[in-house]
Amino acid sequence: MLRAAITWPVGLSLSVLGAQASAEWGVNMRRGVTEVSQSVFDLHMTIFWICVVIGIVVFGVMFWSMLMHRKSEDSKPATFHEHLGVEILWTVIPLAILIVMAIPATKTLIDIYDADEADIDILVTGYQWRWQYQYVGEGVSFFSSMSTPRDEIGNVSDKNPNYLLEVDNPLVIPVGKKVRFLVTAADVIHSWWVPDFAVKKDAIPGFINEAWTRVEKPGIYRGQCTELCGKDHGFMPVVVEVLPQDEYDAWMAEQKEAAAKEAELREKDWTLEELVERGEKVYASACASCHQPTGEGLPPMFPALKGSAIVTEDMAQHLDIVLNGVPGTAMAAFGKQLSEVDVAAVITFERNAWGNDTGEMLAPVDVLNAKEGQ
Amino acid sequence: MSAVIDTHHHDHAHGPAKGLMRWVLTTNHKDIGSMYLWFSFAMFLLGGSMAMVIRAELFQPGLQLVQPEFFNQMTTTHGLIMVFGAVMPAFVGLANWMIPLMIGAPDMALPRMNNFSFWLLPMAFGLLVSTLFMEGGGPNFGWTFYAPLSTTYAPPSVTFFIFAIHLAGISSIMGAINIIATILNLRAPGMTLMKMPLFVWTWLITAFLLIAVMPVLAGVVTMMLMDIHFGTSFFNAAGGGDPVMFQHIFWFFGHPEVYIMILPAFGAVSQIIPAFSRKPLFGYTSMVYATAAIAFLSFIVWAHHMFTVGIPITGELFFMYATMLIAVPTGVKVFNWVSTMFRGALTFEAPMLFAVAFVILFTIGGFSGLMLAIAPADFQYHDTYFVVAHFHYVLVPGAIFGIFASAYYWLPKWTGHMYDETLAKTHFWMSFIGMNLAFFPMHFVGLAGMPRRIPDYNVMFANFNMISSVGAFMFGVTQLLFLFIVIKCIKGGKKAAANPWEGAEGLEWTVPSPAPYHTFSTPPEVK
Repeated sequence: MLRAAITWPVGLSLSVLGAQASAEWGVNMRRGVTEVSQSVFDLHMTIFWICVVIGIVVFGVMFWSMLMHRKSEDSKPATFHEHLGVEILWTVIPLAILIVMAIPATKTLIDIYDADEADIDILVTGYQWRWQYQYVGEGVSFFSSMSTPRDEIGNVSDKNPNYLLEVDNPLVIPVGKKVRFLVTAADVIHSWWVPDFAVKKDAIPGFINEAWTRVEKPGIYRGQCTELCGKDHGFMPVVVEVLPQDEYDAWMAEQKEAAAKEAELREKDWTLEELVERGEKVYASACASCHQPTGEGLPPMFPALKGSAIVTEDMAQHLDIVLNGVPGTAMAAFGKQLSEVDVAAVITFERNAWGNDTGEMLAPVDVLNAKEGQ
Repeated sequence: MSAVIDTHHHDHAHGPAKGLMRWVLTTNHKDIGSMYLWFSFAMFLLGGSMAMVIRAELFQPGLQLVQPEFFNQMTTTHGLIMVFGAVMPAFVGLANWMIPLMIGAPDMALPRMNNFSFWLLPMAFGLLVSTLFMEGGGPNFGWTFYAPLSTTYAPPSVTFFIFAIHLAGISSIMGAINIIATILNLRAPGMTLMKMPLFVWTWLITAFLLIAVMPVLAGVVTMMLMDIHFGTSFFNAAGGGDPVMFQHIFWFFGHPEVYIMILPAFGAVSQIIPAFSRKPLFGYTSMVYATAAIAFLSFIVWAHHMFTVGIPITGELFFMYATMLIAVPTGVKVFNWVSTMFRGALTFEAPMLFAVAFVILFTIGGFSGLMLAIAPADFQYHDTYFVVAHFHYVLVPGAIFGIFASAYYWLPKWTGHMYDETLAKTHFWMSFIGMNLAFFPMHFVGLAGMPRRIPDYNVMFANFNMISSVGAFMFGVTQLLFLFIVIKCIKGGKKAAANPWEGAEGLEWTVPSPAPYHTFSTPPEVK
């Protein structure tokens, strides 16, 4: 008992020290890399110091009274209990401080709300639990899912410095350009936050919110979803890569080329193995968080796919559910999110994984036909 | 005829009934007050153990003890139980016990309704807790239950959650009606409104807030029920509804709700600080007006919880200015408390320790509230641990310390014994240190970018989270000491005089300790 009482705190302080070696002690808001984020930081520090000064005065009087006006110090209590003058004084002075504070806050807010004349528009859509980025007018669109390996979350392997803050496809924007984000959601409310830009906007189904940024420094900036959006709310990071203009242009050209290739893929003759291989990756990014990597799901909210009658027998219904979702449940309509190739691949994968050895495959062209038949 | 009536009268027992039915059928304000207080303490421990699960999971990065689905149920039910089950019923319990004693009334104005409003609560929370054992789990959408996460995407048990909220809401409304009726009708002759103790004043204003906003809460959960079961689309964008409307309605309830949880504590502290400063409360009149001003402002600031939903800039500016304005009456209250202490003759028994800590730590929560009011800065703070730190600073050392201060202050009156001062001071210091260790580092991780309501976090937040968890465990365990102190005080201890505190004033100290089962059957005269 005594030994436990000693070792526990010692072990604890050792582990705190150990943690200290590997991580920094972030104590304050980040200054960020945009004009807006810096004026927000200045506002934050101004109001903080105002509070500190008021705190020193108020708590100073309190501690003075507590030390000097104790009964044990033979203090005789005074009897005063009213004074209109000081009441007015301590109403008016705080009011004046608030007005002084409100002026720069108003200025910054007006600036933040001015999303006009953007160089680039990007539609940001929140899904449970990933982000979709669509470059308006460019025909480029992709999903961005967390890429932290499950082994790190499960404490099987060591956590990398960007643990939970890394994605497969980051959003890419050019440096120095005014980028407007049109933020919305497909299912529940999410919130898109990049601390270094001081941009946080709720993604709300049925609404399109505007936000903007102009980043002056190339780099990789990380944030997270900040509105509780269900089970994997903690696992949908935001990563933005800011590139110099020429690199951005090259990246954009590459994306357009890939999009064209994707269309060709639809026409290609796929083999079962190719589809399963591609489907496994699609499953991991789009399906595994609910239906689990083992295909066993988390019943009753998220049913098992392993051994399911729909997945092993009724292919038409399987396709219908993946394309159109199940209304009133968390099962989304993936027809709008995944390409025909990916839908075909993931269905083929599900019908041949975890002992669902049906040997059946679905060709991308069948998915296209099913979509067009609707 | 008169003989019959007389016999009837003589058969009536004047003390409490015997056995279990005393508690089931009682209409006595002291019995009902005690039941409220015990119930709220039970809920405090239950909600607290959920907080322990949360802090244990967040002790280190990675998923160790619970899965995200269960983690979300813990954060949700922790919030719901603490708000509706622990803090609100505790203040109703204090009101039941103390308001009749403080205004010289024989009982509450509506004693049978009083019994009913208490007994709805165990039903409501029995229902709420039972959802955790249902298929699909309990509520997992946060205590703010934003649609459509709480409607289309909710587990099936959400219907029971809605019913539980309805029951708790009905209970609160009836309790509020009762308090207003008592204060306005049953004051002793000579006790004008401006002679009422501040605890009575703050409760009168709180009761009006309750009547104004609990129906709004009932309305919003009913709309959820319609969306879930009857095919309406109030909050479903696909059906032409508006998910943001949910937040407007919820926070129109929710913001006054936070003052419902703090105003009675303001009142209690305004009784306790003068008593242990041996000096009258400074600025009684301005305290009353400041409370009323805070209550009024609480109705026009709700959208400061929604700065990031995309309201137009004029709306954003209005809610920012209105919110900043709350600092003025709140500041007046703090300055008055400090001036009451200034040049007094202070002693630091447990009620005073909790009351002084209340003033200091609540003010820190007020500072972070002022920071959050600055809309552009709120874009960085919103939905991070900074907000969690803020509202725990106003609720734990605010509401909860207010309740502890009240409990120690009036325990001698309730039990007839003095509590164990040494243990009570230990309880205070352990709570004070534990609470600050738990919640102060949350400011840092919030500013550094940790969102709230996440079961796992990046390694850069690890150190402060570990400290928070240690503080939370310390605070949690310490509350068992409080239970022990109260039981010890009920069982025995030094006999308490009618007025055990040198500087305490008020009608409650004119009746013997423990207060007899029936008090003020003949109203006292107030000069």
